[in-house]
Amino acid sequence: MNFARIEGVTLRFGDKIVLQDCTLDVKARAITCLIGLSGAGKSTILRLLNGLRTPDSGRVIVKSTDLATLKQRDLVKFRQKVGFSFQFAALFDSLTVGENVALPLRENTKMSDAEITKVVHATLESVGLENAVEQMPSELSGGMLKRVGFARAVVNNPELVLYDEPTTGLDPIITHVLTDTIKRLRRQLNGTAVVVSHDLDSIFVMADYVAMLFEGAIIEYGTVEEVRRSANPIVQQFLQGSEVGPIPL
Amino acid sequence: MGAHAIKTIEDVGRGATGVLEYAGGLAMLSVESAAFIASLRVRLKETFEQAYFLGIQSTVIVLLTSTLTGMIVSFEAAQNAVSYGISNVVGGAVTFTTSRELGPMLSAVVVAGRAGAAIAAELGSMVVTEQIEALESLGLSPIRMLVVPRLVAMIVMMPVLTILADIVAIVGGGYLAHTLAGIPYDTFTESIRNYGSFSDFWKGLIKAAVFGALIVLVGCYQGLSTRGGAAGVGRSTTGAVVLAIILIFVTNFMMSLILFR
Ligand SMILES: Nc1ncnc2c1ncn2[C@@H]1O[C@H](COP(=O)(O)OP(=O)(O)OP(=O)(O)O)[C@@H](O)[C@H]1O
Ligand SMILES: [Mg+2]
Repeated sequence: MNFARIEGVTLRFGDKIVLQDCTLDVKARAITCLIGLSGAGKSTILRLLNGLRTPDSGRVIVKSTDLATLKQRDLVKFRQKVGFSFQFAALFDSLTVGENVALPLRENTKMSDAEITKVVHATLESVGLENAVEQMPSELSGGMLKRVGFARAVVNNPELVLYDEPTTGLDPIITHVLTDTIKRLRRQLNGTAVVVSHDLDSIFVMADYVAMLFEGAIIEYGTVEEVRRSANPIVQQFLQGSEVGPIPL
Repeated sequence: MGAHAIKTIEDVGRGATGVLEYAGGLAMLSVESAAFIASLRVRLKETFEQAYFLGIQSTVIVLLTSTLTGMIVSFEAAQNAVSYGISNVVGGAVTFTTSRELGPMLSAVVVAGRAGAAIAAELGSMVVTEQIEALESLGLSPIRMLVVPRLVAMIVMMPVLTILADIVAIVGGGYLAHTLAGIPYDTFTESIRNYGSFSDFWKGLIKAAVFGALIVLVGCYQGLSTRGGAAGVGRSTTGAVVLAIILIFVTNFMMSLILFR
């Protein structure tokens, strides 16, 4: 069953067409990994899925609702159930690490301060940052920021989590930990995840489905095995990281 | 018609559309902020923080500019008045100009430079580092979280700063009129009592509140519409200060015509 569907979406930035008649299914209770060249529009697709971008034409449907038909208030409610781990962390730099992670709980739930503290601590622990609660984002390294962003995205157990390159720039150990965490959370919460990643090893470990975005549309979609065996030379060149092939440099 | 003329007309047309779009955006921001304020959804902690940062921390610079200006206006008025033999009007004249015009205007311009720039720069860098999108992705309204606290803080703090500015300008004026033009303190205060008016004073404070709102709305709008990295933040910040100052002068002109006619 589909949790969400991007249907015939076209989206431009100025004169530049980023997505053209793009269709993508996001299966419920599964991890869909989105791959594609840098600048292909992967982050844009994630933003479509939580309504941060609206398509020029086409529809974005989540849980049988066209996001375009939602009133502002309902869109806000909807977003509270969708976690977004940003490519560049996007932490609030006036708040401490702990306050950043606590924000979704503090604002959108009725949890007590004590409960919030406990949950925040546990979530930060799962990304190996339980000692950074009191630190300011400006005191952290890029990889640490990213993990805090990850923690903030999942702290309120959203039913859909959008991860934008969650492991890019992280060391192999923490990459492994986060990949495991994505899988574990998906299972525990019985939720749905979309992961944009360039890290093929992690993708092969966690993905239930893989979709490849190329020149504005999804050119390949299937299970890891199916995509690996793809007859499409573009997909093969991408997976092998080869410079010879149909993809123009 | 030459190609040049057509291009000029096009440019003017685009400029006019741009201005309308900007005004529309600013109006939308005002309306949405007002809706949050009207429904009492104001975040108090942030509001107090902003009142401190934007208001209290502007005190020194407001006091400095107002004292110096009040003194010099008073000194020049006093010199002339003494030579015409009308020293008894100096206190009133200084109070009059200060409470109606100088106090609110000077404080607002100084605060626009400081607070307006700070607001635009902070919100602008939040845009380019995707913090605004992050807020939205959590289902939180940037207007409620960022604009409203600043707006409420400044609508309250700007009149407070103006009261202080009025006081130091008049006191400083009295001091200089006494020491440099030989007008006795009694004459000066007597003159204030005779010619000064309480309604001038509070009308000046109304102006101040409006200026405070203008500074915040322009700063926030500039900040939130920032595009394109650090250079974009720079452009927003400069734009916020310039535009706020222009709007302060224009609004002051119109409000004076309305309030003091
Ligand atoms: N706010 C914006 N304004 C203008 N152009 C944009 C904007 N956001 C994205 N783009 C353009 O849209 C295209 C897709 O961007 P997007 O960030 O979705 O790519 P991506 O696939 O996530 O790339 P990467 O792997 O490098 O993160 C890029 O060419 C980019 O220049
Ligand atoms: Mg991206």
